Amino acid sequence: MLEKMIFGRFIPGNSIIHKLDPRSKLTFVFLFIIAVFLANNAITYSLILAFTLSVIFSSRIRLYFILNGLKPILFLVAFTLIMHIFFTKEGPLLFEWKFIKIYEEGIRQGIFISIRFLILVLMTSVLTLTTSPISITDGMEDLLGPFKRFKLPVHELALMMSISLRFIPTLMDETDKILKAQLARGSDISTGSIKQRIRSVIPLLVPLFVSAFKRAEDLAVAMEVRGYRGGEGRTRYRQLKWQWRDTAALFVLAILVSVLIWLRA
Amino acid sequence: MDIILQQVGYSYSKDTPFEKRALEHIDASIQSGSFSAIIGHTGSGKSTLLMHLNGLLKPSEGTVQVGDTFISAGTKVKGLKEIRRHVGIVFQFPEHQLFEETVEKDIMFGPMNFGVPEDEARRRAHELIALLGLPEDVAQKSPFDLSGGQMRRVAIAGVLAFKPSVLVLDEPTAGLDPRGRKEIMELFKQLHEEEKLTTILVTHSMEDAARYAEKIIVMHDGKSVMSGTPYEVFNNEEKMATYNLELPRTIKFQHSIEKQLGRRFTELALTEERLAEMIAQEARDR
Repeated sequence: MLEKMIFGRFIPGNSIIHKLDPRSKLTFVFLFIIAVFLANNAITYSLILAFTLSVIFSSRIRLYFILNGLKPILFLVAFTLIMHIFFTKEGPLLFEWKFIKIYEEGIRQGIFISIRFLILVLMTSVLTLTTSPISITDGMEDLLGPFKRFKLPVHELALMMSISLRFIPTLMDETDKILKAQLARGSDISTGSIKQRIRSVIPLLVPLFVSAFKRAEDLAVAMEVRGYRGGEGRTRYRQLKWQWRDTAALFVLAILVSVLIWLRA
Repeated sequence: MDIILQQVGYSYSKDTPFEKRALEHIDASIQSGSFSAIIGHTGSGKSTLLMHLNGLLKPSEGTVQVGDTFISAGTKVKGLKEIRRHVGIVFQFPEHQLFEETVEKDIMFGPMNFGVPEDEARRRAHELIALLGLPEDVAQKSPFDLSGGQMRRVAIAGVLAFKPSVLVLDEPTAGLDPRGRKEIMELFKQLHEEEKLTTILVTHSMEDAARYAEKIIVMHDGKSVMSGTPYEVFNNEEKMATYNLELPRTIKFQHSIEKQLGRRFTELALTEERLAEMIAQEARDR
């Protein structure tokens, strides 16, 4: 069941999106997230959705696969949608039944916010699906470089991030293994009352934590044995190269933002 | 409980870019009360195969029959718990599944899940602690305070505690010292004989397969490529070599002796003891 999760996974490929420099991709996604909040009417939302879909299309990752991976998040989207529909009380009243009152603005807001949420998740998924964890952290370290002056431990932060990204799949596999072992001992995870279900997570979490701590210790020892002493004076094997397409990507974003500003209500 | 696999196929992460074919057209039957070994190179699909034996994985194609229950792609999860009670799996490095505060409670986890009353579960836990050669005072200790070998035994006890009639072992001795290996394998043999446990051993050790198994299934690239008695399987050295598998040490040693003597023995030595007897017999005949 865990093998369907796509969040934090990387699919190697050769598309234009894959080839972009991680710095431009990170800047792009960061600015894009802000740009999404510019949208406030049907035209701007559909524009930004169409743009997201075309980015997914040019990454040549199967849409079906991405949508399948979104399943765990759909619950959150549905939740926001329902909250908005029932609790936003603006605009003309559309529907009334006993204590339930649904207003036009509620439906509008609900749909818009769900779309916004979906777009954010889609775009960040495209980032992690097309960029290897190592490139992401390299790019991050580079972009945050200027903050070193303010004593921000940039290298350490990047290292922490790359280690956590690196261990997501490992811990997932581990969870799957432990889950199977406990299922084989008759543990029930998908049936029973809520209380029983919460209790049934303990046999999963305890071994997972134990092994995560063990791994952390092993990793620390292995790094020290190989002479790791932090980022000071450390050079890189993989050099990042800013190319024309990176500039082009940011240029496309600039156009999108201008159009959004022009079209928003 | 007989286990019959018919045309079983399985793919991991089906319908995603990570899709990986793991099993293909597996036909196998394992008789009630038998001791079988599954051998094969790393990545040959051994571990995937064994997870089909108690419904942890459902075959993408084909059917798995355990006793009277059939499992295929569409089988509902509900009925599978009953199978898990009858088919116990000791996974690779089973000590990773320990979680309770005390050893006693951890061993009781399985039986209690399957509805065994608490007193009975506790009684079984203490019985197993003794059977597995652990000191009695271990019962109230935290499993995380034990040595690696002791943790392994506790984890094995946790599976034996719900009295499965089929015991599936995935490399049960990996990472143990030679003495620990032997003790644990002898224990499984004893359980197999005394409790009539149907035992399925997945192993890298040709020596263990030769010594303990009545039937061997050879896996290669997700397919079951050979099966038969240890004599039949280990008699075919060339075929074994094509699957990257070596002969057991005893048989290799027997072959080098045969070369020296310039003549062949009439049988294959599956254990050191048997080889020693054969050599002694040979020396007497001379």
